[in-house]
Amino acid sequence: MAGAFQFELVSPERLLLSEEVTMVVVPGSEGEFGVMAGHAPMMSTLRPGLLRVSREAGADQVYFVRGGFAEAGPKGLTVLAEHATSLNDLRAEDIAGQIKNAEEDLSDASDDEARARAAATLSHLREVQAALKAA
Amino acid sequence: MPSLKDLRNRIASVKATQKITKAMQMVAAAKLRRAQEAAEAARPYAERMEAVLANLASAFEGRDDAPRLLAGTGKDDVHLLLVATAERGLCGGFNSSIAKLARERAKSLLAQGKTVKIVCVGKKGFDSLKRDLGSHVVKTIELRHVKRVGFENAEEIGTLVREMFDAGEFDVCTLFYARFQSVISQIPTAQQLIPATFGEAAKVAQTDAVYEYEPDEGEILADLLPRNISVQIFRGLLENAASEQGARMSAMDNATRNAGDMINKLTLNYNRQRQAQITKELIEIISGAEAL
Repeated sequence: MAGAFQFELVSPERLLLSEEVTMVVVPGSEGEFGVMAGHAPMMSTLRPGLLRVSREAGADQVYFVRGGFAEAGPKGLTVLAEHATSLNDLRAEDIAGQIKNAEEDLSDASDDEARARAAATLSHLREVQAALKAA
Repeated sequence: MPSLKDLRNRIASVKATQKITKAMQMVAAAKLRRAQEAAEAARPYAERMEAVLANLASAFEGRDDAPRLLAGTGKDDVHLLLVATAERGLCGGFNSSIAKLARERAKSLLAQGKTVKIVCVGKKGFDSLKRDLGSHVVKTIELRHVKRVGFENAEEIGTLVREMFDAGEFDVCTLFYARFQSVISQIPTAQQLIPATFGEAAKVAQTDAVYEYEPDEGEILADLLPRNISVQIFRGLLENAASEQGARMSAMDNATRNAGDMINKLTLNYNRQRQAQITKELIEIISGAEAL
């Protein structure tokens, strides 16, 4: 097992998490990626999805994140998410509301690019909803 | 000369006022602590965001394909002033000092022949600016119903600003708010949002590591710049909230002290008059008895 590294999850309102972890799975906009200690410096934007934090001891923690970016550097991993909620606090209605918004965005989209983006957001949110139901 | 009864009434009314100002001071002190915590909690996000953006932006410096939010429209004819103030008064010079700074900027821009548009966040700023710059105010956003400023509020304002920018309604956007330094000192600040500028501190924070970008730098920058506007507005609003409570606290502290001084003076006056009346009555009785 690789060593631990410093992980910070920050939302505009507060610092949600700052501790030593062994692995974090980040929902990047080009696909999910796992970060472990000694990861090459990289930066990626986020898509709406679930962020899984594994620690040396104890169960994994899962957060729902939306909008923002992740930065892996020599000092560890920092995720700046515009919205970040612990999965335990996330209510089904919230997600349903966001899905409804995304559906409206999709039907309002004027050009192909906007439509593709709205469709992607919608499918990501559906995934989260399914995961939430399974949990 | 006011009668004894008048004096008694005045003392009672000043005492009631003192109680109110004292209560307001204590409420402001409690709110200040929370507002300060919120402002501090928001700092890491805004700082990281700024550092990363400064890093990315330096790669685009002087390039033609830089996003418009970074490079601007190439003109500076139309200025948008985003003036954030409080929803309530009774907080000393807080609202007026922000409005003053905005007014000075607006006046100097108008003197240079530029067009000025104003968006007010908070009722008090609008009240103060509408007298001489009322025709320039394009929109007022009230946050009266908002108990605690959340990121959604900032995002709403940020979206509005972005929509106006995309529609070509202005070239330069500046945010006015009061930076919280301490309870007795809040500094009215003007911060340019569009085109984006970065503080010197952010540039120092750069690391030498070569980053891999996913998607590429341009796309990340295009994604982050609009978000940054909301983040900076959010930071401004939180600083403002803390400053407002700080200003109110010291204003109400002063008011309480002044009321105390006034009560002392009135009480002295009251006692002196009461004594005079007693003496007068005694003289009347004595001279009455002597006349017999």
